[in-house]
Amino acid sequence: MKVLTGKKDRNRNRFNDKLKDRLFLILCLLTTVFGLVILSALITFTFVEAAAWLDWQFLTSPPSRFPEKAGIYPALVGSIYTIALVGLFTLPLGVSAALFLEEYSGRSRIAKIIEINISNLAAVPSIVYGLLGLGIFVSKLNMKPGIIIVGAFTLTLLILPVVIVASQEAIRAVPYSLREASYGLGATKWQTIRGIVLPSAMPGILTGTILALSRAIGETAPLIMIGAASSIFSAPKDFFSPFSAMPMQIFVWTDMPRNEFLHGVAPAGVVVLLAVMLSMNAFAIFLRNRYQKKLRG
Amino acid sequence: MKVRDLKERLIKYLLFFSALLTVAVTFGIILTLIFDSIEFFSKVSFLEFFMGTRWSPTIKPVSFGVLPLVAGTLMVTFGSAMIAIPCGLLAAIYLSEYASEGVRAILKPALEVLAGIPTVVYGFFAFVYITPLLQKIFPDISAYNALAASIVVGIMIIPIVSSISEDALRAVPKTLREAGYALGANKVKVIWSIVVPSGLSGIVASFILGISRAIGETMAVTIAAGRLPRLVNPLNPADWFEPIETMTAAMVEIGMSDVSGQSIEYKSLFAIGLTLFAMTLILNMVSYYVKMRFREVYR
Repeated sequence: MKVLTGKKDRNRNRFNDKLKDRLFLILCLLTTVFGLVILSALITFTFVEAAAWLDWQFLTSPPSRFPEKAGIYPALVGSIYTIALVGLFTLPLGVSAALFLEEYSGRSRIAKIIEINISNLAAVPSIVYGLLGLGIFVSKLNMKPGIIIVGAFTLTLLILPVVIVASQEAIRAVPYSLREASYGLGATKWQTIRGIVLPSAMPGILTGTILALSRAIGETAPLIMIGAASSIFSAPKDFFSPFSAMPMQIFVWTDMPRNEFLHGVAPAGVVVLLAVMLSMNAFAIFLRNRYQKKLRG
Repeated sequence: MKVRDLKERLIKYLLFFSALLTVAVTFGIILTLIFDSIEFFSKVSFLEFFMGTRWSPTIKPVSFGVLPLVAGTLMVTFGSAMIAIPCGLLAAIYLSEYASEGVRAILKPALEVLAGIPTVVYGFFAFVYITPLLQKIFPDISAYNALAASIVVGIMIIPIVSSISEDALRAVPKTLREAGYALGANKVKVIWSIVVPSGLSGIVASFILGISRAIGETMAVTIAAGRLPRLVNPLNPADWFEPIETMTAAMVEIGMSDVSGQSIEYKSLFAIGLTLFAMTLILNMVSYYVKMRFREVYR
């Protein structure tokens, strides 16, 4: 080991330390933005290529072998129908489960088991949920493969853990004093929950649910497993029709041999999917901001 | 009064059953996978499945050796970890040790966006933009390759590593850092000798969770890495330039072909699914254990 004695050495040492500090900071900053820079570049490419293809005709036409005639309409409608159903199923289920865990269970053993189970479920690969949907709804319950309701059931199970956790957080954020005020007025537990806890927690619950739905709308693998159609030429009529969804359709387009599909139709589809997701997220953020203002005011 | 009590109790049970549904989902997954796998293993021996080196469910002679698929999955997992682990950890260090509150408030949600992009879109990015770019650097890379898939999967799991690691780093008390400075250490030294070792359990847990996510990733690897089961070796550079097939991609391939509910290919879906589920479950449990067992508790 080198022994530093002179003032010159000490200064050089301090300078080296500073330089190392600075270099490391730059390295950290670069790696932090690394993924973001690449993603922004990729999204820019996509938008540029989509620009020439994304028009009213694309939004209102069925898919086609000919790129200039291809459109996303049936898949767009399929995605919206499916997600609407998923929202309808997950919201009551997720809120009920969260209410039980936060308001009723106390610190019981079963509540602990359920909570650990939920965090485990959240880490199960989505394709495995597809197998669950295939095994239960299609094989055991004899529902038709690839219809909207089966897709919606499967996606519901997939995002349920996320919705429960978000709802739990929103319920936990309601101050305890509000509940006690309600009990003090003679309300029962359920009256307190319905009249006080749920209305205060609802914006938070809705925000979490919409964010989860925007994740569900981008899911492909579970839909493939339950047999969603790879291309379908008319929009689904009801919840028992076979359907395709936007991510399915994008997947099919990336499999097409012609360049117009890879560098035109598929980018246009990606832009539509991202736009739908973005507007859902924006709506969720809008809800949250409005709620925060209300609390302050 | 009686009616009201009854109603209260009824509601409690209703809510309880909603919560119990999540436990039913877990059992549903396990039972579905196991029952259909049992039927699969009554036709294909364990040995053939877990030791077989050829995966060919449709082309005769059929063979159900899962090893090439496992190798493909491990390859992409390894490659994506090479990106996500350094980037995620350094991003966590930046956010927790350097960034001002304002910068953090922008960068943290921005990083989360990386995990929010649908995986099919990542697959599209890899196949349509990244691979052609790689072809300019390595002319002999094929249109489907493990490298492009690994890059996008790596980017996708950066936020998992960074956000959990950041939580671990922020939990390290300021006094420990100050003790380091008082001994004359500079910031880099404090970070690597004090902060990172103190938060190590959370950091390792984040790596394991990220890896588990990469193993289960489906669409990006299906689109970009191809559908060619090969017994690859991650240490062989040439294998990165060639098409491979992961477990999840094989499942998609079977799922897309119109298989009847009784065929052996259909049953093989569940055998692969069970293998995949077991791998991710074990990793998730290890991650949880590491986080809890080796956690430093500061007061």
